[in-house]
Amino acid sequence: MTTTTPAATADAELPRLRLDTPPLLVLPILALLALPLIGSFPTWVTLTVAGLAMGMMIFIMASGLTLVFGLMDVLNFGHGAFVSVGAFTATLVLLPMQGWMQADSVLLNLAALGLAVALAMLVTGLLGWAFERVVVMPVYGQHLKQILITMGGMIVAEQMIHVVWGPDQIPLPLPTSFRGAILVGDAAIEKYRLIAVAVGLIVFVAMFLILNRTKIGLLIRAGVENGEMVEALGYRIRRLFVGVFVAGSALAGLGGVLWGLYKETLTAAMGGDIMVLVFIVIIIGGLGSVGGCFIGALLVALVANYAGFLAPKIALVSNILLMVAILLWRPQGLYPVAKR
Amino acid sequence: MMLHRILSGDFPRSRVLALALLVVFAGLALAPFLFPGARAINVAATICVFVVLVASYDLLLGYTGIVSFAHTMFYGIGAYGVGLSLYSVGPTWGAVFMGLTLSLMLSLALALLIGLFSLRVKAIFYAMITLAVASAFAVLASQLSDFTGGEDGRTFSVPEALRPGFRLVENEIFGTAINGKLLTYYLVFFSALALFLLLLRVVNSPFGRVLQAIRENDFRAEALGYRTVVYRTLANCLSAATATLAGALMALWLRYAGPQTTLSFTIMMDILLIVVIGGMGTLYGSVVGAALFLLAQNYLQALMKQASDGLAAVPLLANLLHPDRWLLWLGVLFVLSVYFFPTGIVGKLRSRK
Amino acid sequence: MSEAMLSLTGVHTHIGQYHILQGVDLTVPRGELTVLLGRNGAGKTTTLRTIMGLWHASRGALLFDGEDITRAATPHIACAGIAYVPENMGIFSDLTVRENLLLAARADEPNAARLEWIFGFFPALKKFWNQAAGTLSGGQKQMLAIARAIVEPRKLLLVDEPTKGLAPAIIQSLIVAFRELKAMETTILLVEQNFGFVKSLGDTVAVMDDGRIVHSGPMAGLAENRELQQKLLGLSLDTHQ
Ligand SMILES: Nc1ncnc2c1ncn2[C@@H]1O[C@H](COP(=O)(O)OP(=O)(O)OP(=O)(O)O)[C@@H](O)[C@H]1O
Ligand SMILES: [Mg+2]
Repeated sequence: MTTTTPAATADAELPRLRLDTPPLLVLPILALLALPLIGSFPTWVTLTVAGLAMGMMIFIMASGLTLVFGLMDVLNFGHGAFVSVGAFTATLVLLPMQGWMQADSVLLNLAALGLAVALAMLVTGLLGWAFERVVVMPVYGQHLKQILITMGGMIVAEQMIHVVWGPDQIPLPLPTSFRGAILVGDAAIEKYRLIAVAVGLIVFVAMFLILNRTKIGLLIRAGVENGEMVEALGYRIRRLFVGVFVAGSALAGLGGVLWGLYKETLTAAMGGDIMVLVFIVIIIGGLGSVGGCFIGALLVALVANYAGFLAPKIALVSNILLMVAILLWRPQGLYPVAKR
Repeated sequence: MMLHRILSGDFPRSRVLALALLVVFAGLALAPFLFPGARAINVAATICVFVVLVASYDLLLGYTGIVSFAHTMFYGIGAYGVGLSLYSVGPTWGAVFMGLTLSLMLSLALALLIGLFSLRVKAIFYAMITLAVASAFAVLASQLSDFTGGEDGRTFSVPEALRPGFRLVENEIFGTAINGKLLTYYLVFFSALALFLLLLRVVNSPFGRVLQAIRENDFRAEALGYRTVVYRTLANCLSAATATLAGALMALWLRYAGPQTTLSFTIMMDILLIVVIGGMGTLYGSVVGAALFLLAQNYLQALMKQASDGLAAVPLLANLLHPDRWLLWLGVLFVLSVYFFPTGIVGKLRSRK
Repeated sequence: MSEAMLSLTGVHTHIGQYHILQGVDLTVPRGELTVLLGRNGAGKTTTLRTIMGLWHASRGALLFDGEDITRAATPHIACAGIAYVPENMGIFSDLTVRENLLLAARADEPNAARLEWIFGFFPALKKFWNQAAGTLSGGQKQMLAIARAIVEPRKLLLVDEPTKGLAPAIIQSLIVAFRELKAMETTILLVEQNFGFVKSLGDTVAVMDDGRIVHSGPMAGLAENRELQQKLLGLSLDTHQ
């Protein structure tokens, strides 16, 4: 440790943990409640894993958006465009590299995927940077225009995908070694879902560490609460914001690749479609809160999967009901962000 | 003065604009006689409905400063309400009114609920929630296919007097048959006119001025003693009800209600585009905007097709000009107009004087 | 050497359409503690925010240590050497005490000796070192806010109403802190309502009303002149010992 930590007193006065637990409990309670309704344990396991996988992907797509909102009070309605662009960019690598994708080798499969993800994140990151400069910057502080402009940006981006990749949907098969399922007891768990869960966890942990252990992370958290004070301490919050915007866009690109492989077909509208869930997630989580976004994403996805099995016709409505229920309980979302 | 009362004292205040409005009005009023083709009259009826739809949206966006993505939901409720009622009860006027009443009630209840839930928070919150609710509603409508006809929608018969086979007068007048189709057109036209003038009255009433005050500075309006939530919710309900009526008119005209013509997000985007391009915060913008937009949509796309075919040798450019990429150009136009002409066509015309 | 560390000449500030500062002339001499007094709504906070670049002056000029900062951005002004303790303290409640101080330091870690010096008059900060700042009491938050401003030496300190809502015991520890800072010849601009608190601390004093400076001079002059106090601050010494 550093010399500045007054170790003796830090031990003597144990810091009260301010972890707000009830929202954490919602998740297991929901899963347990679903078990008797579904009736069959293996089905429940399959659904739960599917829900977790979907939740992780939504979290990856939503986390950047919620941070950008928290930091600069900017809500990017065009965020979905990065999801689509990410997925379509990945095809630039994955389709020519069918050889590696179809090869019966985990390494080759991973290499192709890794390349695709890297390219997708690079492109969406750059696009995010340009989007921030051209589209978002002129409308800081004007919510109405922000919503309109970013929505317009999304239309243009979606149409540009059509221009570049043509109007048809593109099939995107999974690489060989990620196909199929593994059996755990009687429950079949698709391999790709496990991968999605793993990637989501890695992103969450990395984000958690950055936000809590690095100075940049501290600045982001401080900026979410009180951007003016961060500036008064001598930091340029704009740079911070651009960084977060770019990172958030790149994450949306990553989410797009994962989501595209999950669906195995790409459409230009896929980003816009998923935005509905993303918005529900960040509202549920509390605008600006990464932790809330994580829990919210898992909640939404689990509910969607359970409802999809129990009452397929009202699956999407179930998420609205979930949102209403959460907002009745906590009007600002699960983890409201303290604002100046 | 008579005109003063009809327009609620809200004059075009620009010669070009007045002329444009007059042209649109005359064109729509005489459309069946001026442009006899089936397609032309269809465009004219759609313009009538869209003027109301867009004007009611402008009441929210332009006058109250609320961004809603649920406007097509209310529009769809109106269309489905009348459509499903006619479909299941049969082609009577009673069914029309029953459908209308039920859908108005549903719309008002939903608008009230969404409003109370989210209007007290930020504009952004409302936008997100309406987006979520509207898309859930659209999915619901296509999922409950036994009831709504799913993706295919429902085709239904309208009351006798509105059917093309119905003849009010045996002879043709100015070469146009006076049939049920014509009657339907004028039903649509006059209802739209009445609704538009009603909205004009609302925005120029004291109520409308409070809305504008809230839009400018809700904090201050609240300090002056106006319950902003109440005003916003009222505006929301009024706008929803008008959109519902517009939907009902559209259903009567098309004799069809389906997701593509009412609930789809594309229509929501069209509304947004028309409001912004026509001019936010002025109802005349919806008239000019809707007329231009729908004319362009119906006739300009043909032009794009020709250009695209002509450029078939240059793949990317041909793609750019493909008629399906119509939305691309609109999107660009939309973004540019939000930046550079936030007051839209009407604002430009008025400032030129 | 009492040339000016900071000087405002004819500064006007608009917030939206409101004209708040209407020609403020203020000089903060180097190495001294200047007190800015004035009734509620006089424009004291607006003056500090204008200095920090959080509002921009629509007219007039601000000169800090020889540099024109009238149009400068807030981070630039902060880096030029001004530390700011806002009226609402601007604590990052999600972050721990340690993290709050870490962000205030330009160096990677705050200087240990300086921290010990701060703990000398604000022991609570040491006690709650790893606790989320949002859980601190109001007085402890104020200590943290001031500690953040002095965790490294800065050329000028702006402090907005530090005694607001604090108990006398805590005000006492603030007095100690300001004495220590004065002993190190720190230049300070202190906004206050509590005349008793600043009477003994201030070297010079300025009084604001309606967006203008209506009086300025040495503190001693005002502290001894009851009539002037009565006139400027509406105080009588019976209520404010
Ligand atoms: N954001 C704002 N928008 C509009 N007016 C403002 C704003 N902030 C301050 N004002 C106005 O500016 C004037 C000066 O406010 P300021 O906060 O500078 O006063 P003050 O001297 O610090 O008062 P106090 O002692 O109460 O803190 C007040 O009339 C206030 O209403
Ligand atoms: Mg103040």
